[in-house]
Amino acid sequence: MSGGALRLCKVSLRLGPRLLLPPLSLTVRAGEVVTVTGPSGCGKSSLLAYLCGTLDPAFRASGRVFVGAVDVTGLPPERRRIGILFQDDLLFPHLTVGENLAFGLPAAVRRGRDRRERVEATLAEAGLAGFAHRDPATLSGGQRARVALLRMLLSEPAALLLDEPFSKLDPALRAKFRQTVFDHVRRRALPTLLVTHDPADAEAAGGRVVAFGHAPADDPAAGPATEGKAGGPVAVIRPAPLPRRS
Amino acid sequence: MPSRRTALRALAVLAAAPALLGRWAARGAEVPEDWGAILERARGQTVYFNAWGGDERINAYIAWVGEAVAERFGVTLRHVKLADTAEAVSRVLAEKVAGRTEGGSVDLIWLNGENFAAMKAQGLLFGPFTHLTPNYRLVDTEDKPSTTIDFTVPVEGMEAPWGMAQLVFLYDTARIGGSPPRSMAALLDWARSHPGRFTYPAPPDFIGTTFVKQAIYELAEDPDLLQRPATDQAFAAVTAPLWSWLDALHLHLWRDGKQFPQNNPMLKRLLDDGEIDIALSFNPGDASSAIAQGLLPETVRTYVLERGTIGNTHFVAIPFNARAKEGAMVVANFLMSPEAQLRKQDPAIWGDPTVLDMDKLSPEDRVRFESLPLGVATLSAEELGPVLLEPHPSWVARIEAEWRRRYGR
Amino acid sequence: MAPPLRPVTAGHPGRGGAGALRAGGLLRPGGLLRYVPALTLSLFLAPIAAGLVGTWLPAFGWLPALGGQSFGLSAWRALFAAPELPGAVALTLGTGILATVLSFALAVGFCAACHGTRSFAWLRHVLAPLLAVPHAAVAIGLAFLIAPSGWIARLLSPWATGWETPPDLAVVRDPYGLSLVLGLVLKETPYLLLMSLGALGQVQAERAVAVARALGYGPATAWLKAVLPQIYPQIRLPLYAVLAFSLSVVDVALVLGPGTPPPLAPLLLRWFNDPDLTMRFQAAAGAGLQLVLVAAAVALWAGGERLVGRLVRPWLSSGGRGGAGESLARRVIGGVTAGLIGAAALCLAGLAVWSVADRWRYPDPLPTTWTLGNWQRHVEALAWPAWTTLTVGLAAAALATALVLGCLENEQRHGLRPSARGLWLLYAPLMVPQVSFLFGAQVLLVRLGLDGTWPALVWSHLLFVLPYVFLSLADPYRALDERYARTALCLGASPARVFWRVKLPMLLRPVLVAFAIGFAVSVSLYLPTLFAGGGRYATLTTEAVSLAAGADRRVVGVYAFLQAMLPLLAFAAALALPAALRRRRPRRAMRRGSGSEGAG
Repeated sequence: MSGGALRLCKVSLRLGPRLLLPPLSLTVRAGEVVTVTGPSGCGKSSLLAYLCGTLDPAFRASGRVFVGAVDVTGLPPERRRIGILFQDDLLFPHLTVGENLAFGLPAAVRRGRDRRERVEATLAEAGLAGFAHRDPATLSGGQRARVALLRMLLSEPAALLLDEPFSKLDPALRAKFRQTVFDHVRRRALPTLLVTHDPADAEAAGGRVVAFGHAPADDPAAGPATEGKAGGPVAVIRPAPLPRRS
Repeated sequence: MPSRRTALRALAVLAAAPALLGRWAARGAEVPEDWGAILERARGQTVYFNAWGGDERINAYIAWVGEAVAERFGVTLRHVKLADTAEAVSRVLAEKVAGRTEGGSVDLIWLNGENFAAMKAQGLLFGPFTHLTPNYRLVDTEDKPSTTIDFTVPVEGMEAPWGMAQLVFLYDTARIGGSPPRSMAALLDWARSHPGRFTYPAPPDFIGTTFVKQAIYELAEDPDLLQRPATDQAFAAVTAPLWSWLDALHLHLWRDGKQFPQNNPMLKRLLDDGEIDIALSFNPGDASSAIAQGLLPETVRTYVLERGTIGNTHFVAIPFNARAKEGAMVVANFLMSPEAQLRKQDPAIWGDPTVLDMDKLSPEDRVRFESLPLGVATLSAEELGPVLLEPHPSWVARIEAEWRRRYGR
Repeated sequence: MAPPLRPVTAGHPGRGGAGALRAGGLLRPGGLLRYVPALTLSLFLAPIAAGLVGTWLPAFGWLPALGGQSFGLSAWRALFAAPELPGAVALTLGTGILATVLSFALAVGFCAACHGTRSFAWLRHVLAPLLAVPHAAVAIGLAFLIAPSGWIARLLSPWATGWETPPDLAVVRDPYGLSLVLGLVLKETPYLLLMSLGALGQVQAERAVAVARALGYGPATAWLKAVLPQIYPQIRLPLYAVLAFSLSVVDVALVLGPGTPPPLAPLLLRWFNDPDLTMRFQAAAGAGLQLVLVAAAVALWAGGERLVGRLVRPWLSSGGRGGAGESLARRVIGGVTAGLIGAAALCLAGLAVWSVADRWRYPDPLPTTWTLGNWQRHVEALAWPAWTTLTVGLAAAALATALVLGCLENEQRHGLRPSARGLWLLYAPLMVPQVSFLFGAQVLLVRLGLDGTWPALVWSHLLFVLPYVFLSLADPYRALDERYARTALCLGASPARVFWRVKLPMLLRPVLVAFAIGFAVSVSLYLPTLFAGGGRYATLTTEAVSLAAGADRRVVGVYAFLQAMLPLLAFAAALALPAALRRRRPRRAMRRGSGSEGAG
C-alpha cells in the first residue's frame, strides 16, 4: 500500500535514429488511473517497458522515474515494486492457481501455513474459493484474468502498469473486470498507467488521458505535456473525459 | 502421423523394395591360367585393397602403386584404410557364412601371421596364385624362409610376399646418454631407473603382441615349445616367467601401465613429443624414413637385442570371393616387382626391406638396390643380427587373451 | 480462361485430396503424396526393427549361418564372463550420465543467467557453426588441445610450468573417461541450447520473466521458476537423445575414451570385428545389453525428473526471490560457456594449424616450419573420401528434406494433428544405440545383396538425418500462417501450386537451414558408414577417426579440418542463398507476396 505517486521526469524514447517519444513529464497521483492511447507502433508499450525496467536494448531511453520518493531509474525490475499486467494472463501453466498466487506473495511471509492461508483468503475475497488446486487451463478467461490481477496485487506493488489487459476479454466480461481492477486501484491508492485502444476504458478510468500522436497544428483542448517539434511525435494530456449520459 | 492405413502402406512399400532395388552382385568367370589373359581381364577392374591405414607413409606408397597400376595396366586401386586387419578378415568371413561366394567386397588384403592362418584354415583365400605371377620368381625363398612359412604355417602359394620385418628398438640418443638396454632383463632395470619413459602398444596390436612374444623368447626356459601348437600345460609353463616380469615392468611404465598407446605410430609420436625415450618398430628402416619425413628428431637411432629379435614377412592375399581377382593378381605382381620393391625400401619413402633375392635380379636392378642409402638410423644386415622365428599362431591368441585378462581392465 | 474457383473445403480432413472427382487411385493428385508418410516410415522404422531383431536373435543363440541353431543363454554367459565387461559398463554409465547432466546444467544455467543480455543474442549466431562441426573433428582437436604434450601445455611450457618434457599425466584417454565427458559436453551443450532456444520461442518466455521480475524475482530465479518448468517438456526428448548418444557413442570414445577397458560401444565394435566368429554371439548379446543400459538410463532420468519435480514444487511458490549471488553466477556461467566455445574454436584452430605445419615439436607454441605440402600431398588421397562425403551428404539431406516436406504438407492437407507418439517414433533412431541395430541391419543388407552399395550407404545416413531435418523444419512449417495458403486456394491455385509457389518460397530459409543441418549430420556419421559401406566407402569422418589413431597429426589435421569445413560451408550457403536470390528477383510494381521472411 502506498500513498506515493508515480512520477515521470522528461522520459524520452528513441528507436535508432527515430524519435518515438519526445521528453514527457507526468505525475500520476495515488489512486489515479492515467490512460495512454495512440496509434499502433507509436511506443506506448515501450514506454511501459521502460518504466518497468524491461526495455529492449535496441531502444534508447532517457529520463527519470520516481515511485513515491524513490528514484527507480536504473534499478532492476525486481526492485522497483512496479506491477504489470499484460493482455495474456500469463499464469504459469506448471503451477496450480494457488501456487501462482503464492508465487506473488512476498518472501517475508515465510511459513507454508501462513502462505496458504493468505492465498485462500485472497481467493475467497474474489469469489474464487476452493480454486487453489485447480489447473489454470481449466479456468475461464475471466477467472484467469482475475487470478492474474490478484497475483500481482499480492506482491504489494507501489505502482501499477496495465498493458491492454482487457482487450482479450469479451465485452460483457470486460466491463466487469475493468471495474474490479479500478476498484482495487482506488482502494489501495496505487498510481496506475493504463495503455489501451478502447475509448470506453479511458472513460471508465476517469483519469487523465495521454494521447500519443503527431502534433496537430492547433488543439485548443489541452496543453501538450511534451516539448516537441511541430509535426513530430508528441503526447498530449487531456483532462478526464466527462462520463457520457447513458 | 502413423495410422493403420499408413502402416499397411508401409508394408506394401517394404514388400516391393527388393524387387525395386534388385541385386548388385556380379557374376565372374573362371580365372585364366595365362598371365597375358589375366592382364587383359584385369584391365578396367577396380581392386579394393584392404590394408592397415595407420601410417601415412605407407598410405602414400600405396597411392603411388595405385597411380602406377592405373597407368600401366588399367587397374583402379582403392585403398580401404583399416584400423585393424581383423576387420577385413571378419568381413570376408561374414560374407562366406551369408553365402556370398562371388562379388565380395574385399579384393586384396595385407596380412600375415594369425590372420593368414585363420583365413587359410577357414577356406577364405583364393589360390594358390603366386605361381601365376611372374615376379614371384625373384623372391628370395631360400635365405628368407619366412616367405614360405608364415608363423609356422606353410604358405603354399596362397599369399604373395611383400616385405620383411624385424623387431627393432628406437631410442633418442639426445636423451639416453650411454647405451640402451639390450635385453629384457636390462630393460626392466632401465625402466626402474627411468619410470614412465617406456611403453608398448596394447595387444592385440601386432607390435604389442610381438613385444610380448619377444619377451617370452628371452624369459622362457624352453623356447622351442613355441614352434609347436600351444597346449594348456605348455602355455602355463612357458609364460609363467613372462607374467611376473610384465607385472614388475608395468609398475614403471608410462602412465603407470594403466594406459597404452593404440599402435606403433602413436608410440613413435610419444617418442617425438618426448613423453618416452624408447619405442619399437617392426620395420628396420622406420626410424630413418620417419626422420626424413619430419616425424622424429634426427637424434633417433635403432638397436636390436643381443640375442636377436623376432622377424617375419608380411604378405598380400586374395579372398576366395573377390570380385576383381585378376586385378588383384596384377597388383600383387606389381608389388613384388623390383621397381616397387626398390621404392619401398627407400628410407625417404617407407624403408621397408625387400623380399627379393639380389642374385636373381638383373645387374642394373642389383646396383640400384645396393646404392640405396641405408638411412641415418637404419642398421645394416649384419648389425641386425639373428632373426628369431615367429611362434605357432595358436600361441598368439592365447597370449593376447591372457594379456587382456590381466592388464586389460 | 480463368480456372473455376475451387471450394475452400478442398482439403477436408478425412476425405481424399483435391480433385477427388478424378478416377484412379495412385494417380490422384494428393494420392501419391499420401504415400509419403508410409514411405518415410518404411524407410525408417522397419529397418530399425529388422536390425534390432537381427541383433537380438543371435544374442539368444539363433544364427543358423554360423551354426547357431538353438536358443540358449550361452552368449550371455560368455558376455558376463568377459573380463572387460564390468569396467566397460561402469565407464559407459558414468561418462554418459555425467556428460548429459553437465550439458543440461550448462545449457539451462546459461539461459537462466544470461538471458536477455547481449551475450545471449550473440550466442544465437555462434550456435549454428558450433553445431555444424562434426563430433569427431572436435574430439580430435580436443585430444591435441589438452594432452600433456598438447597445445595448452606447449603454450605454457616451459616458462610457466617448468615442464621440459611432457609430464606423465593421463589427461586424454584417462581411465575415468573425463576427457571423453569433456568432448561430449563441448558438442551437447550447444545442441541443448539450440533446443532450449526453440522451446523458448513457444512459451512467451520474455513476458513470463517480465511478470516474474515485476513480482520481485531476480532475473535468473525468475527464469528458473517461471520458464524452465514450461520448456522442460519440450526439451525432454532432445535430452533423452543426448543421453542415448553419450551412452553409445563410438567415434568420440575411440579418440578420447580410455582403451583398457573402453566404454561398451567401442568394445562391442572390437568384438564384432574379431576374426573368431563365435565372438559375434557375445557381441550381439553385448549390443542387447547396450540397449538395456540406454533404456535403464532413460528410465532413471525420467524417474529423476519426477522426483526432482516433486521436491522442487514447494520451492517454486515459496516466494524466495533470489537475486543475491546472481551477478556472480552470471559472470561464472558466462565465463564457463565462453570458455567452452573458446575451447571448441581452439580445437578447430589446432586442426587448421597442424594441417599447414611442417615440424612442430614440444614445447614450441607454434610450428617451427610451415608448409602447404601436407595439403598438396593429400589432395589426391582426399579426393575420393571427400567426394563420397559430399555426394552422400547432399543426397541424404535432399531426400530427407523432400520426405519431410511431403509429410508436413500431407499433414496440413489432410488436417492431421501432429502427435506425441509420432515424435517418439521420429526420435527412435536417435535413442536406439547405433551399435545395437546396425549389425542386424548389415546382415539384412548382405542378405539383400545391398551392402557396400551407394544406395545402402545413403539410406543408412538418411536414417539419422531424417529426425534432425524433421525437427528443424516442423515448427517453422506448422507456424506458417495458414491464411496465406487459404487465400491462394481461394484465388484458384491448386494445392500443389500453393505448395510450390507460396509456401516453399516463404519458407526458403528454414528449408535451406534444415537441409544444411541434414548435411552436417550426414558428414559426422561414423558407424553407419562403416556398417553399410561394406568396406568400400570411406568418408572424411571414417578416415579422420582411423587416422587419429595414427601419429601424423599433420595428416589428421588436413582430414579433420576439411571434415569440419564442409558443413560450415553448407550453413553459410544456406544463410546467404535466400538473400542472394531476393536481390536477383526483379522489382515489379505488383510484387508477389512470396518475398517475406515467413516463419524464418
